[in-house]
Amino acid sequence: MSHHHGSGQISPLAAHVPAGPLPADIREAIVSLLTRYPSKQAVTLPALHLTQDRLRCVPPWAVKEIADILDLSPAEVHDTLSFYGFFRPASDPLGKKRLWICRSLACALRGADQILDQTAHKLGVEVGGTTADGAITLELAECLGACEGAPACMVDDEHVHNIDQDGKLDRLVESLRKG
Amino acid sequence: MAAFEPVLLRRLNRPECKTLTGYRADGGYRTLERALKEMSPDQVTTVVKDSGLRGRGGAGFPTGLKWTFLPKGHPGPIYLCVNCDESEPCTFNNRYLIECDPHQVLEGIILASYAIRATTAYFYVRYEYGSGTRTMQRAIDELYAAGMLGKNILGSEYSLDVVVHRGAAAYICGEETGLIESLEGKRAWPRIKPPFPAIEGAFRKPTIVNNPETLANVVNIVERGGEWFKSLGVPPDPKNPRDAGSFGSKLYCISGHVNKPGIVELPMGVTLRELLEVHGGGVWKGRKAKGAIPGGNSMGFCTEAEFDIPLDFNGPGKVGCLGLGTAAVTVFDETTSIVDVLHNLCRFFAHESCGQCTPCREGTAWMLKIVERIKRGQGRLEDLSILEEVADKIGIMPGTTICGLADGAGWPVKTAIRKFRDEFKTYLREGPGKGPSPGMRLQMAGGH
Ligand SMILES: Cc1cc2nc3c(=O)[nH]c(=O)nc-3n(C[C@H](O)[C@H](O)[C@H](O)COP(=O)(O)O)c2cc1C
Ligand code: SF4
Ligand code: FES
Repeated sequence: MSHHHGSGQISPLAAHVPAGPLPADIREAIVSLLTRYPSKQAVTLPALHLTQDRLRCVPPWAVKEIADILDLSPAEVHDTLSFYGFFRPASDPLGKKRLWICRSLACALRGADQILDQTAHKLGVEVGGTTADGAITLELAECLGACEGAPACMVDDEHVHNIDQDGKLDRLVESLRKG
Repeated sequence: MAAFEPVLLRRLNRPECKTLTGYRADGGYRTLERALKEMSPDQVTTVVKDSGLRGRGGAGFPTGLKWTFLPKGHPGPIYLCVNCDESEPCTFNNRYLIECDPHQVLEGIILASYAIRATTAYFYVRYEYGSGTRTMQRAIDELYAAGMLGKNILGSEYSLDVVVHRGAAAYICGEETGLIESLEGKRAWPRIKPPFPAIEGAFRKPTIVNNPETLANVVNIVERGGEWFKSLGVPPDPKNPRDAGSFGSKLYCISGHVNKPGIVELPMGVTLRELLEVHGGGVWKGRKAKGAIPGGNSMGFCTEAEFDIPLDFNGPGKVGCLGLGTAAVTVFDETTSIVDVLHNLCRFFAHESCGQCTPCREGTAWMLKIVERIKRGQGRLEDLSILEEVADKIGIMPGTTICGLADGAGWPVKTAIRKFRDEFKTYLREGPGKGPSPGMRLQMAGGH
């Protein structure tokens, strides 16, 4: 379930990850979710999402703050966070947009592995890496549930279908680069 | 025979029904209103039980029966977890339901929650369904604003909250107890069963886990009755005392090397061949099919000669597959190497094993390594028997793992080798590039 996270080196983007504290609105949003669940721990995933959506990663200081709000030890929050390859460390935050290219069967039968390779080449990044301008993080994905539009990809959490047709992926990448 | 009129998908091209007003104008929520007024929770359960509805999430467990496993007279809270993780590769039917007809799913959620006396329903949805998630959230907001969620729904005694909970891109969160752990804010490690969720589930309370398509069926069953539901699909096989039948319609997904990939709703029991030829527009590029997976990655392979099996709960089992699974059919053409297809599936399971059970963590990794070696042209004949042995030994069915992911990883391996042995042997002898020339062969990396 974990995804590829680049080379393990510290990304230049890491320098732009803010130091704490969590922005007040995110903190409030996390607190407001507490009433929806019978345990505070259940707010872990929503809190991690809220944090990464804004900061493009979940830094250790945010883990601590989330743990504080949820009455957990930071290790418990980290345990959950690290299970999902989805959340990025502060040493390697997401770029402005996350581009995930599906490689599961329906997409692979229509050329997905090659598309992933070519896109990595074109962007000059490894799978999991982020372009030097910080615009795009390229990731592989297992089936996105968009198989009728194979080969498919996702930009953050929106599907794009049939990316092999009429230079669609090229145009998408161009527009993401412009931001 | 008259063409089947879709039921679950009848509002597919009517975007106005995505709003509460539009859905109500189409007769929506009348069933809920009537049930809340005229039926007890147990009566709703009985209607669902008598309809023979079986879960659409992959295991085909009888829905009403599952609901009766809840402890009687429990003081609560009781939870409903809606399993919209839908991460089985090649499966996207629930995405259609939540994107195109969110209120049908919600009406099913409220009806089921009423039947099981749940006070909160958690709608667990995979992160990748961003658009569907927002559509569902808008629909839920509308319901709260209209007094149809929260306290005293539609003026009744019944109160319910529905909470959307997003996953984080992990297949194992679809396994019902993995889902529950994930909901609780922990790593999604499936639990050892028993206890089953009905006895001890989310937050250690009695919990029912159901798939959205299952719940959408509940609406139409309560509205039209169990006899109507039983008039669709396939009755139990009289020669098989353990068969509970395959009633109702099913959303079939079709993808891969077909001319018209997509989704179609049909009474259960359509053959794979009809699905491919009539609804999928046939194999692309004028080619022939080599084989297919009949129900997502976990069910194993069918050869082209086996395409006449009915896609009901029993059909795929008749040709040595694990079962119907998600009824998501992916076809591959004659030019595709079975080695490449199997490699793709092994890579998926090795990537998605949660790592909790050693036979699954190590078994999926070794199966991938061996298939990778074969794919590179460095395989040996004995690799086939090693693969079969590993595949036979991992899973809940052989009793070595906690959840069914490992069974799902084993089935493609053993069916591929048993059904395409000659092709594997040729490949082992001649190496890549000599056999069929696939469009899948460029990338070798395991992904990590
Ligand atoms: C590895 C694994 C993944 C699963 N993924 C899903 C899924 O994404 N959606 C789903 O409804 N059921 C999935 N299931 C089946 C669930 O455990 C459970 O049986 C189902 O949600 C029950 O709903 P139903 O009775 O309405 O079918 C999965 C099972 C396993 C073993
Ligand atoms: S069988 Fe595999 S996926 Fe399931 S609990 Fe064990 S290790 Fe995890
Ligand atoms: S296989 Fe790529 S979206 Fe399903």
